[in-house]
Amino acid sequence: MASNATRRIDVEEVGTVTIAKFLDKKILDETNIQIIGNQLFGLVDEDARDSIVLDFSNVEYLSSAALGKLITMNKKVKAAKGKLRLCSIRPEIYEVFAITKLNKLFQIFDDQESALASF
Amino acid sequence: MPVVSWVVPKPLHVYSLNRSVKAMVTESSFEVSIPSETTAGQEVQERIIAMLESFEFSARDVFGMRLALEEALVNAMKHGNKMASDKSVRVLCNVSSEKVYVEIEDEGEGFVLEQVPDPTEDENLEKPSGRGIMLMQAFLTVVEYNDRGNCVVLEKLREEEETE
Repeated sequence: MASNATRRIDVEEVGTVTIAKFLDKKILDETNIQIIGNQLFGLVDEDARDSIVLDFSNVEYLSSAALGKLITMNKKVKAAKGKLRLCSIRPEIYEVFAITKLNKLFQIFDDQESALASF
Repeated sequence: MPVVSWVVPKPLHVYSLNRSVKAMVTESSFEVSIPSETTAGQEVQERIIAMLESFEFSARDVFGMRLALEEALVNAMKHGNKMASDKSVRVLCNVSSEKVYVEIEDEGEGFVLEQVPDPTEDENLEKPSGRGIMLMQAFLTVVEYNDRGNCVVLEKLREEEETE
């Protein structure tokens, strides 16, 4: 990825699947969210990955602006005929997805193993 | 429930010996005016959260308040003040052992709450924005806007704890 910003996601390959783990505990600040969004979109736009799992293990806080980036990411992956999964979301964060009904839009799994098994 | 029941009833807080002395301090407040910059917003957030933690609000109360503060501050700066460098956001905060009370006021024209579309409707579900107010309302006891729509009151009553 051609980016001068600090890496905000840790990228790992498991077979043909890319696991992108958020490094930040708090995905709140707008500027930070922009950077994270760009690094996520780069996985599709620049690296042409089409099987992606977003791992939220480290995430303690998530704002609605971050939800917006996830929605855009979902659209990108769909447009590239790829598959996106979310995993390891803490209960309070899952509640944010449930309140906004985004748990119906995204495919959310308890952990990496079950997310990987779904491909 | 207090174990001793035959003495003359005393104010409840006297029985709460497990509460720290800090929680007996009645309340703490501040009021500031900050520029429409996210770093200034983050600082105010941290300051308010620190107050909640010193009053021993639960992790869930802290989570909800932090999320609501972020949403409300971003709304004030982005939608209210249009990120104008000459426009400020006034933040008033009062924390007591019973509740957190915050006022966030921007210098914008305001808006009409009833005209904000429901982000959970099918046609809005995939829009990248529009969820801030809904999240504030879900986690707080009170979210109230003034008539103009440029000032919001965020209130959170302390979550009831199980006393067993």
